[in-house]
Amino acid sequence: MNVKIKYRVFKSKLIQVLIIALAFVCTLPLIAILVYIFKQGITKINWAFLTQLPKPVGEEGGGIVNALVGSVLIVFFASLIAIPISILCGVYLSENKNGKVAYWARLAVDVLQGVPSIVIGIAVYFWVVKPMGTFSAFSGSIALAVMMLPIMIRSTEETLKMIPDSLKEAGYALGLPYHKVILRVILPCSISGILSGILLSVARIAGETAPLLFTAFGNPYLNTNMGKPMQSLPLLIFNYATSPYDEWHDLAWGAALILLFTVLLLNIFTKLITKRWHVQL
Amino acid sequence: MDNKNSSRRSHRQIKAEGFFRTTLFSIALLMIVLVLGVFVTLVVQSVPSLKSLGAKYLWDQTWDPVNNVYGALPFLLGTLLTSFIALVISIPFSFAIAVFLGEYNPQGWLSNFLKSTVELIAAVPSVIYGFWGLLVLVPIVRDFETKFDILPYGIGIFTSSLILAIMIIPYAASMGREMIKMVPSSLKEGAYSLGATRFEVIKMIVIPYTKSGLFAGILLSLGRALGETMAVTMVIGNTSLMPTSIFAPGNTMASVIANEFTEADHTLYLSALIELALVLFVVTVIINMIGKRIIKSYTND
Amino acid sequence: MARTIIKSENFNAYFGKNHVVKNVNIEIPRNNVVAVMGPSGCGKTTYLRCINRMHELIEGASSSGKMLLNNEDVYDMHPIFTRLKIGMVFQRPNPFPNLSIFENVIAGYTLNGIKMPKSEKEKIVEDSLTKSALWKEVKDSLHKKGTFLSGGQQQRLCIARAIAMRPEVLLLDEPTSALDPISTSSIEELLHELKNNFTLIIVTHNMQQAARVSDKTAFFYMGELVEYEDTKLMFTNPKDSRTQNYITGRFG
Repeated sequence: MNVKIKYRVFKSKLIQVLIIALAFVCTLPLIAILVYIFKQGITKINWAFLTQLPKPVGEEGGGIVNALVGSVLIVFFASLIAIPISILCGVYLSENKNGKVAYWARLAVDVLQGVPSIVIGIAVYFWVVKPMGTFSAFSGSIALAVMMLPIMIRSTEETLKMIPDSLKEAGYALGLPYHKVILRVILPCSISGILSGILLSVARIAGETAPLLFTAFGNPYLNTNMGKPMQSLPLLIFNYATSPYDEWHDLAWGAALILLFTVLLLNIFTKLITKRWHVQL
Repeated sequence: MDNKNSSRRSHRQIKAEGFFRTTLFSIALLMIVLVLGVFVTLVVQSVPSLKSLGAKYLWDQTWDPVNNVYGALPFLLGTLLTSFIALVISIPFSFAIAVFLGEYNPQGWLSNFLKSTVELIAAVPSVIYGFWGLLVLVPIVRDFETKFDILPYGIGIFTSSLILAIMIIPYAASMGREMIKMVPSSLKEGAYSLGATRFEVIKMIVIPYTKSGLFAGILLSLGRALGETMAVTMVIGNTSLMPTSIFAPGNTMASVIANEFTEADHTLYLSALIELALVLFVVTVIINMIGKRIIKSYTND
Repeated sequence: MARTIIKSENFNAYFGKNHVVKNVNIEIPRNNVVAVMGPSGCGKTTYLRCINRMHELIEGASSSGKMLLNNEDVYDMHPIFTRLKIGMVFQRPNPFPNLSIFENVIAGYTLNGIKMPKSEKEKIVEDSLTKSALWKEVKDSLHKKGTFLSGGQQQRLCIARAIAMRPEVLLLDEPTSALDPISTSSIEELLHELKNNFTLIIVTHNMQQAARVSDKTAFFYMGELVEYEDTKLMFTNPKDSRTQNYITGRFG
């Protein structure tokens, strides 16, 4: 009996070691990617890189200013569109726990979250690009905004659910109408939760390429007109990385470094904020 | 209090309240319309190809836009192969992470480290995975193929499955971890009190209890894999021919759409691509919904 | 066979630095029902869980002193061994939901990888369920999952599962506190039968229960074993004032 028990205990420990090994092996690819991109990209980044346009093929040097500016603009406008919509939708869903419209809206949000990003790009192409007659940063922002919605709506709804009803009642008791109770009492309390939802979705879409392929489309020149095609970091990386030119690969490495570390920093920053929020509540 | 002023104020307030409530309601409706709109747009744009190519489109093997011949089988196959191989590779890792974080080590700095790492894996943009895969993984696979006397493409279905596997690990892992944490400790204690080892408790109590939750996690990973575009398109080889082996180049539905959408110059071509998007949409939505349904039944238990 | 089956010598238990069981010396006689009672937080459950080494499963928990089963220190053998000889029934019934009633009763053997022919399994299941007064009620639904059983029946299933392992001692941690009065009394009757084959140590916060079911009672207060006496004597003539106060309801 004793021998059998020893064997079982040994087996249990062995499996434990195996599981730990498998689990931590997963950190290796991430570390490999971080290290490799850092190594390849860090030498390419300098002031010229950040302020110049890509040079034509064959010429040395050049920069990615069009992609940097483009990414910022497209993401900014996407957030501008998505934030009010998702806050209002989150409010509706948390205020209407039952009810048919709330059920279907919640279902729609769930479905939207699972839609592949390229499909969203296609839909926006037919809704905005074709009628406008041109690719545009604006359509890109719309596509990205659609992708931001599920994340932000869910986090808004979750945040609002945690606010005790007594706060609302206090607002009503002071004679406030419904919209003021929501906008002036409830929402200010949920700022950090909503903020973390915003940051998370910005981090998510900042790196998205597929929805921009047929909307913002890309642009070798610096363009700040939202009605025209615009370059963005992920698009540039995709185009230049898959090109056969070494100079373009160099640009892509620098761009990849900037994109990767921005996204990671955003994620880490969001986590720090959420932690602070949890302590407060 | 001036009655006239206060009644004017409350009139305005009532109007503002009504406007606010209507806005809220319309935004909720907007979400429903948005999703339906995506579906309808896809269907409408696929109509030309649905009508003239019919159902055999899905199992025809020849994709030749130049001659207006369309057959989606290479891409369907490519999608299925890459997604399932990626799943198979990623499942042991996702599972190990889930069990480690849910059962062996739910707290502490080590588990925080692993948790953060797994979240960061999900945060890396797919174009960066593709870039790294293209310039780092592909040469490695090429060397491997040379050693084993396989045609050393480097790129191909296997390589994209590898990258995909790394990318989808976090989904099944975090879902699995949530499910495993939910196993009531009284059940585990009951098993320990009967003399079970840790592994036996996991094998005979924890896993059976969380079986469907773990499955839902796998579905989530699968849904993600099916729709992944950029990383796959950068390393799969983008050929329109039927894949000859898993080490050969191939293509997936998402990838061919990404590559050829802007080149589609005639209606049938574009419509054929959109039909692929429609299939992708329907399949990923169904898989995600099944997964979410399973999870809901768990949290309501 | 010696009269004493379990003996604690200078036994202490800790949660981290928290000293929750202090210097317990006690001898449990064979085939007795011993009740362990005391106010909340007095260490009675912790002490119980030390007997079958469940206490150490909690992070930061530790113990010192001797815990002897038939003169062998339980802490010198592998905990699995201990738990095969000392079974446990918990406060809330915890049958395994993914197993049928039959599989639940035999679960100890399955979990330990002990293989036996089907006929032997059936014998053990029938014997254990009979001993826990559940056989008649479930003999026709042995292969159904146990979720349709009432709380009291589920608890008897857990008892059957524990005694199927033929332990020498059965530990019961407030086994009826989650049950209704009728189930409670049926389990109390059961304890009376069980002591023929096992030694039972039952933690209870219900004094009347202790008075009803046990031969001897141990009174714990603030981690110490204050008084240990034949039940009748303890309740009619407690020696320590703390015992007296507890029994008369002055605290706890």
